[in-house]
Order: sequence, then structure tokens, then C-alpha cells
Amino acid sequence: MQERGLIQTLLGLAATAALLVSTPTARAETTLRIVMHSDLKILDPTWTWAYISRNYGAMVYDTLFALDKDLKVQPQMVDTYTVSDDKLVYTFKLRDGLKFHDGAPVTANDVIASLKRWGARDSWGQQLLEFTKSLDVVDDKTVRLTLREPYALVLEALAKPGSLVPFIMPARVAADEQITDTIGSGPFIFKKDEWRPGNKAVFVKNPDYKPRSEPASGLAGGKVAKVDRIEWISMPDPQTAVNALLAGEIDVIESPQHDLLPLLEADKNIELRAASKRGQQYMLRFNFKFPPFNDERVRQAALASLSQINFLQAAVGSPKYYRTCQALFGCGTPLAEKVEGDFLLKSDFAASKNLLKEARYDGKPIVIYQATDVNSLNPLGPVAAQLLRKGGFNVDLQAMDWQTLIARRSKGQTMAPADGGWNIFLTTWAVEDIMNPIVSVALSGKCDKAYYGWPCDEKIDAMRLDFAKASDLAKQKKIAADIQSHAYKFGFYAPLGEWTGPSAWRRGHVGGVLEAPFLVQWNISKK
Amino acid sequence: MTNSLNVAPAMVVETPTKRAPSALLRGLFQNPAATIGATLLVLIILVAVLAPYLGTLDPTAIDPASRNALPGSVSTLDNGVGGERSYTHWMGTDSLGRDIYSRVLYGGRVSLIVGLSVATLSLGFGLLIGLVAGYVRWVDAVVMRIMDGLMAIPSILLAIALVSLSSAGLGNVVVAITIPEIPRVVRLVRAIVLSARQEPYVEAAISVGTRTPMILFRHILPNTIAPLIVQGTYVFGSAILLEAILSFLGAGTPPEHPTWGNIIADGRALFRIYPHTLLFPGIFLALTVLGVNLLGDQLRDTLDPRLAKRI
Amino acid sequence: MAAFVIRRILATIPVLGMVAVIVFLILRLTPGDPATLLAGDNATLAQIEEIRRHLGLDRSIVVQFVSWIGHLLRGDFGESFFFKMPVAALIADRIQPTLSLALMTLIFTIVIAVPMGVIAANRRGTWVDHAVMTFSVGGFSIPVFVLGYLLIYVFAIRLNWFPVQGFKSFDAGIRPFLSHLLLPSLTLSVVYIALVARIARASVIEVLNEDYIRTAYSKGLTNRVVLTQHALRNAAIPIVTVIGMGVALLIGGAVVIESVYNIPGLGRLTVDAVLSRDYPTIQAMVLLFSFIYVMINMLVDLSYAVLDPRIRY
Repeated sequence: MQERGLIQTLLGLAATAALLVSTPTARAETTLRIVMHSDLKILDPTWTWAYISRNYGAMVYDTLFALDKDLKVQPQMVDTYTVSDDKLVYTFKLRDGLKFHDGAPVTANDVIASLKRWGARDSWGQQLLEFTKSLDVVDDKTVRLTLREPYALVLEALAKPGSLVPFIMPARVAADEQITDTIGSGPFIFKKDEWRPGNKAVFVKNPDYKPRSEPASGLAGGKVAKVDRIEWISMPDPQTAVNALLAGEIDVIESPQHDLLPLLEADKNIELRAASKRGQQYMLRFNFKFPPFNDERVRQAALASLSQINFLQAAVGSPKYYRTCQALFGCGTPLAEKVEGDFLLKSDFAASKNLLKEARYDGKPIVIYQATDVNSLNPLGPVAAQLLRKGGFNVDLQAMDWQTLIARRSKGQTMAPADGGWNIFLTTWAVEDIMNPIVSVALSGKCDKAYYGWPCDEKIDAMRLDFAKASDLAKQKKIAADIQSHAYKFGFYAPLGEWTGPSAWRRGHVGGVLEAPFLVQWNISKK
Repeated sequence: MTNSLNVAPAMVVETPTKRAPSALLRGLFQNPAATIGATLLVLIILVAVLAPYLGTLDPTAIDPASRNALPGSVSTLDNGVGGERSYTHWMGTDSLGRDIYSRVLYGGRVSLIVGLSVATLSLGFGLLIGLVAGYVRWVDAVVMRIMDGLMAIPSILLAIALVSLSSAGLGNVVVAITIPEIPRVVRLVRAIVLSARQEPYVEAAISVGTRTPMILFRHILPNTIAPLIVQGTYVFGSAILLEAILSFLGAGTPPEHPTWGNIIADGRALFRIYPHTLLFPGIFLALTVLGVNLLGDQLRDTLDPRLAKRI
Repeated sequence: MAAFVIRRILATIPVLGMVAVIVFLILRLTPGDPATLLAGDNATLAQIEEIRRHLGLDRSIVVQFVSWIGHLLRGDFGESFFFKMPVAALIADRIQPTLSLALMTLIFTIVIAVPMGVIAANRRGTWVDHAVMTFSVGGFSIPVFVLGYLLIYVFAIRLNWFPVQGFKSFDAGIRPFLSHLLLPSLTLSVVYIALVARIARASVIEVLNEDYIRTAYSKGLTNRVVLTQHALRNAAIPIVTVIGMGVALLIGGAVVIESVYNIPGLGRLTVDAVLSRDYPTIQAMVLLFSFIYVMINMLVDLSYAVLDPRIRY
């Protein structure tokens, strides 16, 4: 221990000395301490859908395109691009001076390997690759994407903000089954030697990063790292995090627990603002692989029992931060579509019981996974259990931490609920991640290749394909509305309302927080 | 946590003096501490058993509209026949709007059940193993090595390690708490058996060829009763505490069940703003353990005066 | 004397061996495949197979046990499946807070409990004695986590004397180190103080009835001298014994207190490991804590010879 401490100190001194030599005007190193929504455990953002790994990816990697704050696609690593007249050939030229953290330049090869890796796992990526005839190297810095038939969402796919993001990584890294190498070309470098899962994750400014010249907007524009070092501190107890922020021991809490917001609101030195004004949407997902939710009537029974307001009140509390929303593509997005009646707004237990009788539900307990350690999800399980019980279901609510939940969730494909599998789990999606039928992975019906729950429904995928080919917004809207009503009828999942969670930081000390789908950490400065 | 106290009874090697039970009881309740302890326990048992009749609600019923209500808040409930009625949350509600008064009362049931089952099981198994170990030499050598090993593992650790291997459930929690308690009972019983064997009447019984089970049950077993009652009291208290700790750490009964540990665990996230979610179950838990300790100490002094001198 | 020391040290070996057997068996006797258990929930089939090979689960259980012990003796506790790093490194990372907490608690206990017990014994039957005994019963009855939150609420939140939670390493300066450590150690000491004060009182009372104490008094020695130099010295053995046994309390308490005060120590590590079913870490922690417990009680036994010159082995 001591010896390592000594070596670290020496290294630190050496690094400081190097810094003093290289920068004539030596200044104090700034460290931004952030408590994120969960602990960083998996360093592969194309392997897990966990937002924390995506946020990690956004620090370490860069993307070809990115969404600005108005959800418009802007080039990011790409300098210039051309689209052929027949809309079949896209040519992307990378910016000058893009370098990985190990000093190697970013090449066309890296781009192709990364896109292939992403396309193998991400559902939007899969679709894009299905439309793709070839991905070719034109020269070191130019990539050509040739389509089989026109696909309207090429740039949107490459600018996808939520898991899984098409991050560009070195080709050798992209070849690994699960990434452990942390070399990227993003504005921050991950300090793997300082990573203590369950304690902290450390990033330092990438001195070689060449930001775009445009001002930062959303995920687009110049990603300028304005602090030297960022530490993600793990504080499993939300109250501790709030205390630490009030005491100035940390600078930012990414998503403080809603019930604790009054404490922060009361303090003048704290600024509260949601990075994303669109927020998130709760989702209750069925497992189609096992009875009873392989039966459409049972799914409809569950939908009839649920009412969004119960979930929102329990999980969010203050109406300031939630709204009911029946639109599957998010409320306040271009494709938002109204639903007739008070579906999901008011429980109809009698209807639920009738449907269950009709479907001859045998009363076998349905297993609901409850994530107890994620504050925004914890109350959803008990609320769902209560409403479904009232609707005639027999419920077995199983509590576990979120990491266990996501691990066991994937086993539910083959493991029966009675043997440790599940019938229902609840999660939350950033609205940007469900804002169209392609990006919304829970709307895939490709059986074993679909999102957890594994529904089989060819019709919806045909409709999604139509959407991808639709050339203008009016057509897209029409198809999206059809998809929504079909999805409700089929019962893919239950949307449980929308909520925003403000981030909190020390007023006057922390500045430059961008409006983006999530809390991005470039452009943030610290005094 | 009271386990260390339990180490003391294991030191006893003498058999307790025999006195008439009525005299014992009288002696016991001349002491105010014992009276307070017994009264506390009786009250808590009554409250737990009668929970459904004491104006409680369904302890698991969620009411998102009245979350985190302070003690004394009034909310409107569905009266089950289409109308409404008002209900006072004497101890407030938790972050899901569940009534803490109801949860604490029903939680008492779980705690008492755990305490009783663990006490019964560990005394039963401990008695059995201890009798055999004290009487059969080769069994003794093996069993006592195992018991030494078990006793070297701090009981909280052993219990949480055991729970971690099984799925969460009340039965598993009881087993996980019972196993660390058994060795102490075994040592106690074994010590009594070993000393009883030296007694002239036992030696006499052996010499006339009385069969071993007969000797064990007729001559040796009665000696164990008084110390076991004392030990059982402590096991009872210790089990309740351990169950609460397991629940509190998130390794005990599933969070949906109202147990004192679970209520406290639920309340901790917000105790800065809503300390009542933690306070009431905490008070009940502390009073129960206090009752057990007061009664246990006095029982020990009365039933086992020689031991009392040692502690 | 030397023979006794050696005998006593040797005597710990079978106990530790049995602890190892129990810890080993706990995992093997549970239903299900230990490799699957050890691999954790998100392991692939290949990883499980790898673990099975690594553990040698195809070999006989005795061979498995011996090889496991071999690894342990070389300091190889295996790799945590949750943190993906060697358990030994995890322990090294987390040991400072727990050690600080334990030492501080021990200091509090000895400084407070022993005088309490002696004074109560000296004033037997007075209100002082009753107060000490009441504290002792009360301290034993209040669950450590309830007390922890109570103290946080009063001293950290209402009075704002201490930081609410957390731990500051010794390198961060002595003041923050102590201010973070004071409340948790105090919480943890209460039950310990209750136990030790009670034993101290009882054993001093017993000693005070001995002839040599009467002789001491009759020689005209002051009450203080008699108490501290004669009575306490002779009552030391039960007190030291109970401090040693109380280490089990300390370990159990640390597990709980570190959760209450959010201290990143070995106790929290254990709880985290249990919650994430991190079996290698659970095994290592149970072994480590039991080892410490056994070792401390061995030292306590050895200290008898120092404390009581009459004891010659």
C-alpha cells in the first residue's frame, strides 16, 4: 500500500513537473467531482445498454455525427460528407488531426470496424447494416457507405444519442468480444489505473483533442474540455450525495433523488436544472417467452390495470417533474401522437379481470423484478404489483439491485419465471431513445433478436421498415401513428408517463452545463 | 449482537440449584427490572398478535397520493363500499405512502415469529447435539471441533453469508440465523451433561445398567432446563436483532414484507427529512430487545445464581 | 511460558482449519453448481467452464479443498466477480477505514468502560451504580443502526457538530479524519462499553471481597490506590477476556455501521459482496474476519501471563 502510494506520488510529481515545463503559465489543476446516477462497472458501451456505460463512452469516444440541442443532425468527427443523387452512396471525410489517446490517427479502417461492431448489436445499427451493400475505405480519412436501397435515416442512425451509440474506437479494440481497452479519441481519457469500481472512476482532459470550431450545442459542436480532471464518485446513499454537495465536497449530482430535491431547492448555493428538457419515459415490459404474457389478452389485462399517475406520484412525487403521456414516441417530439380515451390513465380492474377470465389465467404468480438501488425505479415495482393484484393477477415481486436485474433479465429468455426468470420488469428511457420507431428498440418484434421480452411480431418490423424508407415527415408521422396503435393493440409494453430529473451543481462554481439528452461533461467549467 | 453475552452461560459447569417454580416466579417479579421487561414483552406480543384489530391498514398497501406524510397526518381512503373515510397516520407514511403504524405493528409479528422459531430450533438442535456430544466421546471430539469453527465466525457474517447463498425468504432467514446460534447452545448443554455425569446418582444409574437414552432423559435432561430457558431468552432477543440487521442491510426478508429492519431500511434514504420512518420501528425494536434483556438478566439471576455471580 | 505460547498458537490451527472447511462447504453444499454461483449472473457459458476448470471442480472434493487452501496460503483469495479484481487488492483498498474505526472504538471503550465499571463497583448500590447498570442494559438493547441514525440526527443534522456521513483518509489531515470517525466509533462503542463496563463492575466487585484488598485498606492505602493498583489489576483478566470476545461485536458492528455512515471499509465491502452475490469476496471476508477474531482471542489468552504474574505455564 505504502509503496504504491509512494510511486503514485512520484508519478504525480513527475506529471506536475512535465506540466510546468510544457505550460509556461502554470495554473492549479481543476477537478470536477460528480456523483453519477450509478456506478460505472462495464467499460464497453456497445455491449451493455446501461446509460452509465453510454455516458462513459461519450467521455472517451467520439462519434461521426451528433444531435444538436434541437435534435438536428450535425457532423462531429466528419469534416465533409456527400450523398449521391440516387441517395445510395454516402461519402464521409474525417476531420484533420483526429487522434486516439495512444497517439495513433483515426483512420477509415477504425470507422468501419467500429460501425460493424455497433451494427452487430444495436437494433438500429442492424437495420442500417441490412440496408448497406458495402462499407469501403476510400483513403485513410474517407469512408464510403453504399446502400442497397435508399434509407432515410442514415445520418440519424450515426448520430444516435442513446444506447447503443455508434462510438468510433480503434479497429483492434472493436475486434474484441468485450472491450477492456479504454483507448478512444474523445475529449477525455479514462484513467484505468485509478478506476475503483464501487468507489470512483477518473477521467483526465485529452490534451490532443481538436474540438470543432462551432460552439457546443447538445451533443454537437466543439467539445471543449474545460476541466483537467473529472472524478465520478460513487455514493450509493442518495442522502450522502446531497450532503456532500451542500458541503461542497462534490460539485455536481447528475440525478439527485426527487424526494431530496426540497433540500437542494432550499439552498441558494445550489443550481438545479435538467440537462434534458424532454426527460425520460417509464416502461413496463412483458416477457413474451413465458405464460401468461405470451397471450395478448393477458397483456391487455395488465395494461387495463395500470394507471400512469400512480407510478409517477410514487416515483417522482412533485407534478413539477412529471407528466402523464400516452405517446409511445414521447410527448413533445416530432412524432408525438395522441391516443383516444384514458387508456393507461385510469385503471379498469373489472376489464382486467374479465380479460384474465377469458384467457383462463391459471393464477400462477407473475414475477416482477424490482430494482431497489435505483431511486427512480425502486417505487415502480411495488406500484405495479399493487395495481396488477387489484386487476386479478397473482404477483411475486422480487427485489434486487439493478446490476443483478440487468444480468438476470437476459436469462429470462430461456429461464422460466418460477426458476428465477421474469414476467415483468420496469425501466426508464430517455425520450431521445424512443423518439422514433427505429430507435425505440422495445418495438422490435424479431423474437430472439428483439429487446428483452423477445416478442414475435412480423407486422411491426414491416411497418418500421416502411418508416425507415419514408421520405418526408408527413409520411413518417402517418406510419408512426399506425405503429403506435398497433403496438398498443399487440401490447409490446406499457408506457408509464414521463419525468424529468434535474441535475444539481454548485452555483457560481460550476458553469457551462449544456442542454443535451444527458449530462455531457465537456464545456463544463469549474471555478 | 447479544451473542457475546451468550458466551457467558457456556462457562457454567455446575448444575443449578433446584427450587420450587412458584418461588422462582415470586423471586423473579420482586425485581422491578424483570417486571418492566416482562410487561414490555407482553405488550409487544399483544400488539403484534392483535395488529388487525388495532385500527391498522393493509401494511403493504401503497398510496402514492399520501407519500412521506408526517405523523398525525390525515388522509382520505376508500372505505371499500364506494364511499370515503378519513384515516389518521399516527406514525406517518413511508415513501410509497404505506402506513407506518400498520407496518410497525405487523412487522412485530415477523420479528416475533423469527425470534421464536430461531429460539426453538437452536435450542432443539443444540440440546440434541449437546446431549449426544456430552455423552458419546467420539461424537464429542468431532462435533466440538465443528462448533469451535462455527463460533470463530462472527455470527452476523455467518448469517449473511448463509442468506447470500439462498433466495431471500423468511424460512431461509430463520435457518441462517439459527445456525450461528446452535454452537453456543451445544456448548452449554455439553458442559451440563459432562458435569452431571460425575454426579453420584448418574454414576449409580450407569452402574446398575440403565440404558443410555434413559439416563439422558431421566437424569440429565432436567438439569439443562433452567440454563436453556435463560439461554433461550437471549437467543430470542439476538435473533430479532439479527433479523433486523439482515433486513436493514438488504440481505434479509424481501423488502415487500413489513419487518422492522425493512421499514428502517426503507426509511434511511430520506431520514434527514423524514426521520419518523426510522424512529418508530427503531423504538419498537429497541424496546423488544430491552424487554428480553431485562427479563433474561433477571431469569439468569434467579434460575442460575452461580452464573449470575460470574457476570 | 514459551511452551504455553507455542501450544496456544498451535491450538488456533484446528480452529482456523475448521473455519476454512465451513466456509468451503457453505458454498459447496448449497444446491446448484458452485461454478455458476461463482461466475455470477452475467457470466457466459465459456466463463463458467473456465471457472470450473480453474477451481478444478472435476476433481475430488478433498483435492479441491487442498488446492483452495494452497491458494489461500499464498495470499490468493481469488478474483472478485463483481469488481473484476483480486480480492486481496480490494481488501488492501478498504482496510484503512475499518482499521481506524476499530481502533478508535477500542480506545473509546477502554477509556470509558473500565473507569465506569470500577466506579460503579466502588459505589455499589448508589445511584452511580444504578446509572451505569441502566446504561449497560440500555446500551445493549438499542440496535446499533438505530443508534447510529439517532446520533447522526442529533449531532450531525440538528447540532451540526459533525459531518453527516462518509470517511476521510488520514492523508486528508487529522481534523477531517477525526471528525468523520468520531460519531461512527462512538456509535459502535456503546454496545461494547455496555458489555465491558458490566464485566468490569462485576469482576472488581468480586476482587473487592478478597482478603488482600482488606489488608491493603488496613495498611492505610487510599481508596484510589487500592482500586487502581490492586483491584483493577486483579480484575483485569475477565475484562481483557470480554474485550477479546467483544471483537465479534466489533466486526458485526462494523458491517452495519459502515453502511449507516457510508464508510468505504471492509464491512461495506462485505455487504456489497453479499448483495451482489460476489462469492469469492464473501468467502474471503468471512475467512479474514474469523482469522482476526481467532488471533485476537489468542493474544488475549497470551496476555493472561503478563496480567497475572501468578499464572505460570
